[in-house]
Amino acid sequence: MADKQNVFYTEDHEWVEVNGSTVRVGITDYAVEQLGDVVYVELPDVDDELEAEEEFGSVESVKSVSELYAPVAGTVSATNEDLEDAPETVNEDPFGKGWFLELAVEGDVDTSSLLDRAAYEEFIG
Amino acid sequence: MNTRNGVNILMAVIGEFKTDENGLRKTPLYDYYVEKGVNLTDFNGWSLPIQFTSIKEEHDATREAVTLFDTSHMGEIRVKGDDALAFLNGVVSNNVLNIDDNQAIYTAVTNDEGGTLDDLIIFKENQQEVVLTPNSGNFEKIYSWLQDHNNGEVEIDDETSQWGLIAIQGPKAQEVLAKVTETDLDSIKGYHFLQDQTVAGVDGVVVSRTGYTGEDGFELYTPWGETQNIWNKLLEAGKDAGIVEAALGARDTLRTEGGMALYGNDLSEEINPVEGGIGFAVKTGDKKEADYPGKQSLTDYKAREDADKRVSRGFELTGKGIARPGFKVLNKDGEEIGEVTTGTQSPTFGTALGYILIDKEEAAFGDEILIQVRKRQVPAVIVKKDWLRR
Repeated sequence: MADKQNVFYTEDHEWVEVNGSTVRVGITDYAVEQLGDVVYVELPDVDDELEAEEEFGSVESVKSVSELYAPVAGTVSATNEDLEDAPETVNEDPFGKGWFLELAVEGDVDTSSLLDRAAYEEFIG
Repeated sequence: MNTRNGVNILMAVIGEFKTDENGLRKTPLYDYYVEKGVNLTDFNGWSLPIQFTSIKEEHDATREAVTLFDTSHMGEIRVKGDDALAFLNGVVSNNVLNIDDNQAIYTAVTNDEGGTLDDLIIFKENQQEVVLTPNSGNFEKIYSWLQDHNNGEVEIDDETSQWGLIAIQGPKAQEVLAKVTETDLDSIKGYHFLQDQTVAGVDGVVVSRTGYTGEDGFELYTPWGETQNIWNKLLEAGKDAGIVEAALGARDTLRTEGGMALYGNDLSEEINPVEGGIGFAVKTGDKKEADYPGKQSLTDYKAREDADKRVSRGFELTGKGIARPGFKVLNKDGEEIGEVTTGTQSPTFGTALGYILIDKEEAAFGDEILIQVRKRQVPAVIVKKDWLRR
């Protein structure tokens, strides 16, 4: 379960948990509240290589689609396959069971362009 | 276009609504929405919620129990004259001449090229007095169109700002409505209505057995200022039945499963009513003697070869994803054959479904097609829009 206070955030309302040279990514409770019931999540394939800020998939509610962007560059090492049959998990547990994917990052994870909890809270106002 | 009077008439029509700080029109329930903290959005220039709680919850409650919708943004136009019904028969696509008093009928209104100006319902009070209910985004356009075709035979009044509209829909709708009115609801058959009824202690209500959800239910045309009061009383009366307040999001998913068209998506001035899927409301040849704007164009259209026509069909995705309006449709050889006009994830059935407007030659039921969902081509199948009747 990602610790809300100790993960990083992006302005696209994603949270980023850094574990050594792997990051785990999901969307925030704020994002989930704006979206409404999630009905479909589109994720990339394992081994896909992503640039920072590259679009990697989407999360859909009944009425809208939101793109998802890679917070840092890396190679997809895992995706949450449970979301395929149970997209509502994102609503129920956005920081835990509703995670989207994990990226293997080369070298140190560059968090300089990410927000900490305080900055994210200020961002969402 | 009678511009001189047209401008004045439009000013009088538009000026009667209260608006919010963004210039969006308020329905009678606006203050209630603000008090409840419901998220409001711009819907055709009106400030309305997409959902109260969740689209799925509101949708399911409509199929299983009973819900209330605030559809006060819909237009109401009254036409009066010695033969108001005949006048209207001359400007709409359906044959409306033989309907009874207190009967309602669905029709398109088309321009001279056959393009759809609106789809709406005509309520015949009697031969001399008829009310139309255009869509919220079209009532000014329809009002002007009617006046343009009025050579003094009729008086046309826009009453949109006078009437609120509450839809009570679902298998328990009648049971709940019966608690707040003495009106004999059983006597009102589908697409029929009664005027001047008393509902929740309020006089002058029109009770119509119509709706846009595919379920049984009623639409209540209420004096604007009494709408909130009636809403509150229905909510109270419906507690035991599990009544839920519902909004635009659920309204769209419900009507989609019910196979009903939405103007702006499935019908427009570029999509005539025959190709848009409401050909049953377009009468030509023997079926309607009177002329109306677009009749010849639509007659010519029907006579074209299949290769020169489009048609509206249902679809279901067989692969993963959700198809949305505007997505391209391809045949299984990858050739573009049309586009999605309505598309969503069906809350009741769990499938991604909707309607497509495609070349008639490629439109056989059961045919496999592909829909371009952003970067992927997702397989789908052409089906009838009869999900609720299967």
